[in-house]
Amino acid sequence: MSASEAARPAGHEAPAVRRLPGEAGIWVFIAGDLAIFSLFFLTYLYYRGDDVALFFASQQQLSLTFGTINTVLMLTSSWFVASAVHGVRRSQQGVARVCLLLAIACGAGFGVVKVFEYGEKIRAGLTLNSNDFYIYYYMLTGIHLLHVLIGTGVLIYLYRVVGSGCRDAVAIRNLESGASFWHVVDVLWIVLFALLYLVR
Amino acid sequence: MRQSLSSRLTLIWGLLVAATALSWAMGHGVGLHDRQTAGVAIIGVAMLKARYVLLDFMELRGAPPVSRFVAECWVGVLAVTMIGLFLRAG
Repeated sequence: MSASEAARPAGHEAPAVRRLPGEAGIWVFIAGDLAIFSLFFLTYLYYRGDDVALFFASQQQLSLTFGTINTVLMLTSSWFVASAVHGVRRSQQGVARVCLLLAIACGAGFGVVKVFEYGEKIRAGLTLNSNDFYIYYYMLTGIHLLHVLIGTGVLIYLYRVVGSGCRDAVAIRNLESGASFWHVVDVLWIVLFALLYLVR
Repeated sequence: MRQSLSSRLTLIWGLLVAATALSWAMGHGVGLHDRQTAGVAIIGVAMLKARYVLLDFMELRGAPPVSRFVAECWVGVLAVTMIGLFLRAG
């Protein structure tokens, strides 16, 4: 943190200087996460090419409704988190807390929908061992769900941080770091939704 | 509360939800009857959505140019490679 940042009075928007939001370390983590998931996406598409008919038939068994609801939940949660960051910069801690609470509700909603979706598949006998498509389906959505759970925990922590003030530059940077992680979880789902549910 | 929400963020969110509806329709064969064309369009729309989340929600639009360049490259290279692998499968 620079001296000018430390001296910035609370309640003022950051000056219009070009900078990465959050701490540098979170961007190293984000870059690594995106690189690993990029390999997952390409591996999925490569092996899909070996048996398009099987992947197509298996995709027909997925619920587009569940997938679409979860996509809207992720996009909406990202909107609330971005709005919370803007709120804190404007010293609107109350607005930021409401936004974070709504984002947490969206994250929890995503998890509930996933439980229903997995339950429906398992009851129909479609498990990790069913075929190659379902190995990728459970692996990719499972790792993503883990991100959602961790991210929701981060949002709960940020809700408490904002509740206790979050007015100095360090606290705002921590908020930005958590927000950036949540947006990555959103980006990953956007691509997963397209590859697993929509592309036939 | 309503006045506190950034109008740009709200506009981006609306566009992202609209793009999701468009992708959903294309996944059902609406508009594009050729499966391959629909697949390319769906991947393209998904990566455009990812780009707007990176630029506007993650604020890379206001980040140092090199950060934005890396993000734009990631979106472009991944989109082209995924479309290539999708088309290779036939």
